[in-house]
Amino acid sequence: MNLFKNLNFDKLKEGLNKTRDKIVNKITEVVTGKAVIDEATLDEIEEILLSSDIGYDTTEKILEEARKRLKSEKDRSDVNLIEIIKSELSSTLTASTKDINSEIEKNKPYVILVVGINGAGKTTTIGKLANNFKQAGYKVIVGAADTFRAAANEQLEVWAKRADVQIVEKGTNTDPSSVAFETVNQAIKDNADVVLIDTAGRLHNKTNLMDELNKIKRVINKLLPHAPNDTFLVLDGNNGQNAIIQAEEFAKVTDISGLIITKLDGTAKGGVIFQISSKMQIPVKYIGVGEGITDLQDFDPSMFVSALFEK
Amino acid sequence: MFDDLSNKLESTLKKIRGQGKLTEKNISDTLREIRRVLLDADVNYKVTKDFIEEVTKKALGAEVINSITPGQLITKIIYDELTVLLGSNNSELKINGSGPTIILMVGLQGSGKTTFSAKLAKHLNSRGRKVLLAAADIYRPAAIDQLKTLGEQIKTPVFSLDVKDARKISVDSIAYAKENGLDTVIIDTAGRLHVDQELMDEVGDIKKLVNPTEILFVVDSMTGQDAVNSAKAFNEKVDYDGIVLTKMDGDSRGGCALSIRSVVGKPIKFLSAGEKLDSIDVFYPDRLASRILGKGDIISLVEKAQEQFDESETEDLEEKIRKNKFDFDDFLKQIKMIKKMGSLSSLLSMIPGVNSAMKNAKVDDNALVKVEAIINSMTKQERTTPKILNGGRRKRIARGSGTSIQDVNRLIKQFGDMQKMMGQLSGKMLKNPNFNPNTIKFN
Ligand SMILES: Nc1nc2c(ncn2[C@@H]2O[C@H](COP(=O)(O)OP(=O)(O)OP(=O)(O)O)[C@@H](O)[C@H]2O)c(=O)[nH]1
Ligand SMILES: Nc1nc2c(ncn2[C@@H]2O[C@H](COP(=O)(O)OP(=O)(O)OP(=O)(O)O)[C@@H](O)[C@H]2O)c(=O)[nH]1
Ligand SMILES: [Mg+2]
Ligand SMILES: [Mg+2]
Repeated sequence: MNLFKNLNFDKLKEGLNKTRDKIVNKITEVVTGKAVIDEATLDEIEEILLSSDIGYDTTEKILEEARKRLKSEKDRSDVNLIEIIKSELSSTLTASTKDINSEIEKNKPYVILVVGINGAGKTTTIGKLANNFKQAGYKVIVGAADTFRAAANEQLEVWAKRADVQIVEKGTNTDPSSVAFETVNQAIKDNADVVLIDTAGRLHNKTNLMDELNKIKRVINKLLPHAPNDTFLVLDGNNGQNAIIQAEEFAKVTDISGLIITKLDGTAKGGVIFQISSKMQIPVKYIGVGEGITDLQDFDPSMFVSALFEK
Repeated sequence: MFDDLSNKLESTLKKIRGQGKLTEKNISDTLREIRRVLLDADVNYKVTKDFIEEVTKKALGAEVINSITPGQLITKIIYDELTVLLGSNNSELKINGSGPTIILMVGLQGSGKTTFSAKLAKHLNSRGRKVLLAAADIYRPAAIDQLKTLGEQIKTPVFSLDVKDARKISVDSIAYAKENGLDTVIIDTAGRLHVDQELMDEVGDIKKLVNPTEILFVVDSMTGQDAVNSAKAFNEKVDYDGIVLTKMDGDSRGGCALSIRSVVGKPIKFLSAGEKLDSIDVFYPDRLASRILGKGDIISLVEKAQEQFDESETEDLEEKIRKNKFDFDDFLKQIKMIKKMGSLSSLLSMIPGVNSAMKNAKVDDNALVKVEAIINSMTKQERTTPKILNGGRRKRIARGSGTSIQDVNRLIKQFGDMQKMMGQLSGKMLKNPNFNPNTIKFN
């Protein structure tokens, strides 16, 4: 019986609170002459953020910041709120400082290792990158160090041909680090500018496969002390919060120097990168926007953020 | 992969179970926490919202308020709703009685269609079907090579044509199967985005042309919020029969499974958990539910308890308690009921939290056996009037039951305490259908 009473009392109190809030808001409005952003607007924004895979914590943090900044802001319109949130989001992204062209000039051959979980888009991205570097006038070699997946070699062969670059490959089930070794070796011999090494898809929770990646890195590094110059982690833009763990685990075995988010030509927003980028200080380098050879774009933070708010 | 989700749910629910009184405040605190757990697990925003609303409605109902153990009840509501979300029946693959069984694989890029096609072929081969794999992905570089390599590994023929026409390849593969006495065709199609009109039309056409027995939508279990959009769009286009969840060997929390299930209402039929061709699992919704909920499957415990404590016996018991006539015979009956529910250790393992708390502690299943033996060694009179149990009788009972005098003393003491406690309780508790197994004390 007591419990029953309690509950009704709580309800009553809550009802009163709401009324009071309304009154206070009204008063504020009258006094300041500005509309207060209502909860419905904030709810809407929360929905946009959450359904972009930004994640609960980051969403709450951003809304919190927005509320704070709004308080000190003169203009409290909805439009302004969205602008505040956009700038809040952009500021969480780590900026890329490296100019890859000058880096390549300094370190030849410039070795890029491409890693990620199964089916994320590594091989396709290598094809696109190879094409870009080739178009920029560099001599490019790709290495087929995915010796595991059925027809992985054949797939990369097609891409090498499309991009018109050299490929180094060995048979299926050979040691991937020996393929990586030979690719870099070949690049040194041939005076190549850029080396792109494709690796097999591996889930970040598989210790033996992660160790294998570490070995590939060590073998390359032994041969060429400045290599790998970049290790790009490819993330499927459709992935949700699991991508954070992927980034963390891959970073443990190789130093991830950049992220590439693929499949952003669909309706997924890839918002999970905000957490990754701010937590781990890793810049996003490129985004994949299709299956064609030219469907790779430089990452543009403000465009990316704007896309979140497009319906 | 669902461990994380279930751990979080468990600890959240533990908090509320520990609270004697439920108020709107602590219900809403709990639900906010649950909401966060679901969102972190990639359950879709809207699905989460509906879920929370549904639970709120039920939790605020009179049932909870009147219940003596409201924490228990809200726990059950949340678990029940999750189970509803996952679906209740497992659905087998359809097999065509006349003519070849045709299975069409569809889905986004890189979700695992080709690999799963080979896995399914192997699975069906081992069940006596004669499978043909059809390579209808004419876009992805080396897609046909990939399927051929996999086909070789599992000694399954692969049909392909040197034409860039997925419709024709699909149609011709059926004719090829018929000619060659193969009774099952698995058509592997290219990955496509649900917003790619041209490619969606292609897969729509293939469906019309070959009239598949079964269309499977293949989804990466790591997919986030957008899973509902692609799942819906594919469903609108081809009205698929079931879902395959891949890459389950990752540690994703798999919330997308809940989202898709709830948005399109199609059953999850298979799980894929590895790159090797034998890692294919037929999907059982109840198992996934208990995986999500963790080993601490509170629902089945509650249900088992409700099942075993049947109404008339409970009323009987209640009557006795009210008249303060609860004796060792009744105690024995109660123990038997508990035993019917399973072993003590398995019962305990069903209580969320107990598992993690007691990971290494050994539960003595013999405890109940001992108690039973002791009571069985009592005479009829001793059982109904425990007061007469003097030192001599106790010694005899210990000898007769193969226990020690300390064991007998402890039991009689505990029984006395229990009687006292029961005297204080109103008969209400036992009548309550929301019997709380957490209040059963062993030892
Ligand atoms: N729509 C779209 N599809 C993409 C994009 N990037 C890759 N894909 C497709 O995704 C699928 C997988 O791409 P792959 O390059 O083979 O992926 P991977 O990471 O090398 O895969 P594994 O080597 O098997 O681990 C292919 O069908 C690609 O065409 C993209 O940006 N947009
Ligand atoms: N770890 C793991 N990897 C898987 C699983 N299923 C598929 N893969 C891997 O995921 C990658 C993509 O698988 P595919 O079968 O090529 O995917 P797909 O859907 O046919 O890809 P597209 O044809 O490009 O759209 C490959 O590297 C597979 O080996 C799984 O259950 N677990
Ligand atoms: Mg690859
Ligand atoms: Mg495929």
